[in-house]
Amino acid sequence: MEQLTVKVGMADLNIASNGALIRTSGLGSCVGVTLYDSVAKIAGMAHIMLPTSEIARESSFNAAKYADTAIPALIQAMENAGASITRMVAKMAGGAQMFAFASVNDSMRIGPRNVESCKLALEQVSIPIHAEDTGANFGRTIELDSATGVLTIRSVQFGIKEI
Amino acid sequence: MNDFKGLGAFKLDVLKEVGNIGAGNAATALSRLLDKPVDMAVPKVKLLPFEEIADIVGGPEQIVIAVFLRVEGDAPGNMFFIIEEPSAKRMMHQLLSFATSEQADYSEMELSALCEIGNILGGSYLSSLADFTGLSMMPTVPAIATDMAGAILSYGLLQFGEMGDSALLIETAFLEGRDMLEGHFFLIPDPGSFNKIFQALGVTSE
Repeated sequence: MEQLTVKVGMADLNIASNGALIRTSGLGSCVGVTLYDSVAKIAGMAHIMLPTSEIARESSFNAAKYADTAIPALIQAMENAGASITRMVAKMAGGAQMFAFASVNDSMRIGPRNVESCKLALEQVSIPIHAEDTGANFGRTIELDSATGVLTIRSVQFGIKEI
Repeated sequence: MNDFKGLGAFKLDVLKEVGNIGAGNAATALSRLLDKPVDMAVPKVKLLPFEEIADIVGGPEQIVIAVFLRVEGDAPGNMFFIIEEPSAKRMMHQLLSFATSEQADYSEMELSALCEIGNILGGSYLSSLADFTGLSMMPTVPAIATDMAGAILSYGLLQFGEMGDSALLIETAFLEGRDMLEGHFFLIPDPGSFNKIFQALGVTSE
């Protein structure tokens, strides 16, 4: 049986269940946060672009774009589908620094800042981080299996790995 | 000014001309460097959702080589020179007299040469723009990466991310005769730079 794949775009979030896969491609400095409830077998994924909504200069912003708003929104979406926050575990990937510069200003190290804010947001709701593959300088495509909770990470340099 | 959807057809044409002048000079520079004629397509100016930007170069997972230059000065922005892999190898072959390796990865020498090509092209793009607009625009030292297009391009969209879910970019494709050397130039001015460019060119906001 072919598995259904739910696609998550940039600055987007979604959930998958019933054995479907959920996937997002081309994570650079963006961070892909996944949450998984192994009892309800519900998987959620957010493709987070920026660390905090405090820097938003738009009046009505997209919650999935910022770490501090995307994680609560993702939890809400999963709970609506029947998952429980007490059973959720997190895995994350991305947050790379795609270009190495001699002069490092703050916006250039957006990847590590995204990772830090995601960790903080998860800590605030007491969701444990089971695995991560973050930082370094390469892009990643990630896929979470809602049947098993296994996160598959693909990159150009290192091929496929599972966490 | 937060809403680029409000840009009229006239202003889009002005931006297209900006792309035309910049890329025209860069194409000339590339042609001199390779000693071959280089054609370029009519520039495209688009307001695209983040999702669709990587599709221009073959989707978010397409492996590309990108030289990134941050533009500083009066009208800051991000600039990418993106080459597809086979084209990059061919360009290396024409430029460096030694045979290029057939492997998928690049030697330090090859990367450094590609980075320099990006630097020369980016520099000629920007200096012609600076002459044309009278604004100061300086490229920073270039950086190079080979990776998925989505991962690379998203880096140039962060400034737009703070104020919306789409970006306005000026894109020009290069073709080199039958060899099909394919390259793309992306100029993604920061959201605040558009008004400066318009003002410098005497385009009044109605």
